[in-house]
Amino acid sequence: MNTTDQEIVLSAQGLVKRFGGITATGNVSLSLCKGARHALIGPNGAGKTTLINLLTGVLQPTEGSIFLNGQDITRLPPHQRVHRGMVRTFQINQLFDTLTPLQTLALTLSQHYRHGMRWWKALGNNHRINERCEELLEQFHLAEVMNQQTRHLAYGKRRLLEIAIALACEPRVLLLDEPVAGVPAGEREELLATVTALPEEVSVLLIEHDMDLVFNFAKCMTVLVNGTVLTEGDPDAIAKNEQVKAVYLGTEAAHG
Amino acid sequence: MESASLSLQAHSRWKHLETVFWLFALLSPWLLAKHALIINEIVIVALFALSLDLILGYTGIVSLGHAAFFGFGAYSAALFAIHVMPDPLLGLLFGAGISLLLGALCSVLILRGSDLTRLMVTLAVALILKELSNKLSWLTGGTDGLQGVMMGPVLGKFDFDIRGITAAWYSLAVTFLLFLLIRRLVHSPFGATLTAIRDNRLRAMAIGIPVSTRIAVIYSISAAIAGAAGALLAQTSSFASPDVFAFDRSADILLILVIGGTGWLYGGIIGAIVFKLLQDVISSITPEYWTFWIGAFLIALVIVGRERFLYPWKWFAKR
Repeated sequence: MNTTDQEIVLSAQGLVKRFGGITATGNVSLSLCKGARHALIGPNGAGKTTLINLLTGVLQPTEGSIFLNGQDITRLPPHQRVHRGMVRTFQINQLFDTLTPLQTLALTLSQHYRHGMRWWKALGNNHRINERCEELLEQFHLAEVMNQQTRHLAYGKRRLLEIAIALACEPRVLLLDEPVAGVPAGEREELLATVTALPEEVSVLLIEHDMDLVFNFAKCMTVLVNGTVLTEGDPDAIAKNEQVKAVYLGTEAAHG
Repeated sequence: MESASLSLQAHSRWKHLETVFWLFALLSPWLLAKHALIINEIVIVALFALSLDLILGYTGIVSLGHAAFFGFGAYSAALFAIHVMPDPLLGLLFGAGISLLLGALCSVLILRGSDLTRLMVTLAVALILKELSNKLSWLTGGTDGLQGVMMGPVLGKFDFDIRGITAAWYSLAVTFLLFLLIRRLVHSPFGATLTAIRDNRLRAMAIGIPVSTRIAVIYSISAAIAGAAGALLAQTSSFASPDVFAFDRSADILLILVIGGTGWLYGGIIGAIVFKLLQDVISSITPEYWTFWIGAFLIALVIVGRERFLYPWKWFAKR
């Protein structure tokens, strides 16, 4: 899959998703190089989250195929895509409410290190996992709340945990679905710092409405409108693109 | 920062109260020899409740037909004693093993659909088995059931006695060992992934947990333990009848978990003690209307709240 000098890690080809008569995703192709900082933008209802759901296997595409590291993963169940290094976060927090952040991370790491079937050892018995837990809790400013049930945490902390879980899986491809959505100003910087500090070799696809973040972060952008790709290019080109401006400023009836 | 390892393992450490509880429980057949029969009943029901809690409380899988596995274990153990050999422990293993297989088979049915479909499917399996136990009279003795199942001595030494002391002790020992196993399991990484599935199945998948496989595994384990409880009943009462598959049994065990609390190892045990003692006491006063009083108790429990009902000293605690 070496089309250029850069290695393509994730590629979607001709993805179509129809719900009954409604086409949520219409013939979308997308590829992510190793270490990519790729943003996916578009107005509300453009099909960004649907696309993430297709890539991660929550939804099955009506047509088209998805390749991860050159292998066809179109029909793989979600958990096997995670095993192959593709991890996501959710726009709306999806957490384990009755567990503490510490337990959540310990269990995620256990699963990641393939200890998920170990029933004879206690959770917390593994030195490597405990250390990694402590690192992540520190990195995501969750150390002081690590023993509180997740459902009692403040929204900003829950948001941080949402991303910490994904990073505990040591992704090679990370799909971030609006990571800073709803995060209060004081806690935003913490989050942004962790997003910018992601390891270089991790390929990131970022969905975000916050244009400051998008233009700071992305080296490449795809604009999605009404379920199809409007245009793709580097941030400068996108910023100058008349069609994109029209969609965002609403001078055209293209609002999706 | 408090160490991760300490915090994580705090749950799995033995508490003094637990040790005291189990010491008393294991000695109870001698201390309360007159009540050995009811102790045996309570223990079997507690083990059955524990098995259901593994799927209901810990994994979030509802079931209205867990008696399917209880009954299957009971019949398997009884048939094993009649046709193969009367050794209780081998019979118990056989009963649990057969129920494990049935559980693995049935787990396919509960993977898809909503909670409502799961309630219906599990109920249906228990009803089908009950009807089969009625019809296949050449094997099961039909409505009369299998009577006078002769059991050999436990470990080749301890004969079952008429007062039920050996029976109570045998059930207690088996339940204690299985409890230790379950205790290990729920505090392990495997157990944590089950809680993850219960709390948020979508996220569980997104961190790489093979959700369907995990559910199938715990469902089979739960079935095996329910089967062991059924086997204990058949062995200690020398009897197995279609009643072991009855809907009441599945419903009672749900009630017991509601009384004691789900997702907590001692919930099923406390629930079983409370339920069985209430049943025993009330039905000795008013044999026909005991379900009325059980109903009244449940309503009171819901209104007052379990915490304050079972632990009256919390009435006065600051809230």
